[in-house]
Amino acid sequence: MGDNKKNNRNKIRNDIIFVAVLLFAAVVGILYLFVFRESGNTVKVTRGGELYGIYSLSEDITEDIHTVNGGLNRLVIKDGKAFVDSASCPDGICVAHPPVFRNGESIVCLPNKVVVTVISENDGDSPDIIA
Amino acid sequence: MKNKAKNVAFLGLCTALALILAYVELLLQPLFPTIPGIKMGLPNIIIIFLLYKRGAVPAIWVSFLRMVLVSILFGNVMAFSYSLAGGFLSMLVMIVLKRLNLMSEVGVSVAGGVCHNIGQILMAMLLLETVELGYYMVILTVTGTIAGVLVGLCGSMLIKHTKKSSKYC
Ligand SMILES: [Zn+2]
Repeated sequence: MGDNKKNNRNKIRNDIIFVAVLLFAAVVGILYLFVFRESGNTVKVTRGGELYGIYSLSEDITEDIHTVNGGLNRLVIKDGKAFVDSASCPDGICVAHPPVFRNGESIVCLPNKVVVTVISENDGDSPDIIA
Repeated sequence: MKNKAKNVAFLGLCTALALILAYVELLLQPLFPTIPGIKMGLPNIIIIFLLYKRGAVPAIWVSFLRMVLVSILFGNVMAFSYSLAGGFLSMLVMIVLKRLNLMSEVGVSVAGGVCHNIGQILMAMLLLETVELGYYMVILTVTGTIAGVLVGLCGSMLIKHTKKSSKYC
């Protein structure tokens, strides 16, 4: 009986360690992805895995993306941020997603297979490392 | 023979319960409108319970049936492939961790919840041919861990309190 109790206590200790490690890893991930990322200047849209269009974040536009399944996602760029204003998808997750502007941030519409990602295009005046 | 009928009835009941919990989860969805894909994983209470009470096979069955029924009732075929990927990975990890016997039901539930999200995201990456879903991964790891603790506590309570009335389960 005493052995069993000790075993249970060990298990609970392991539970706590496991949860702590997971949360720590997630916090590191969040810091890396959200806090230390710089703002991007360009929005890349892919549809069904293929490139659909590239838009500058500095220009306010409204673009209707006609999806592969006959649906629609309305992409809006305003004040340097991009968001999905309305969509035909049933879940509406893409519409609920907060505006993106940091490098690498993305809005994904799974049902319509549309991915909106913020990237950083070279402006031309920045030095090209590869060339 | 009689036992077999009882067993089928019991697993049917568990499937129904898991289905109701999935529905409750769906109703709670509007509470977290800004976090995409967030789910408590409430049906996992039943899966954990079955895994510890009846073993892996009934848990796999109920988990699978639940996913099929949920996607027929509330979802679509696309959503089904995601949930199947998540459910499969989550089930596998929970079975292995239970065998290893290093953690309690709570730890196993947390691992199951997090793996459910990871499986879904991996499937989405595969279908969308994109690797830009890392954002979802970190957010869903936090929510999945917290939800997994709550689900695990519920599950372990259920397991403890049904010990006395073992006639039915
Ligand atoms: Zn959408």
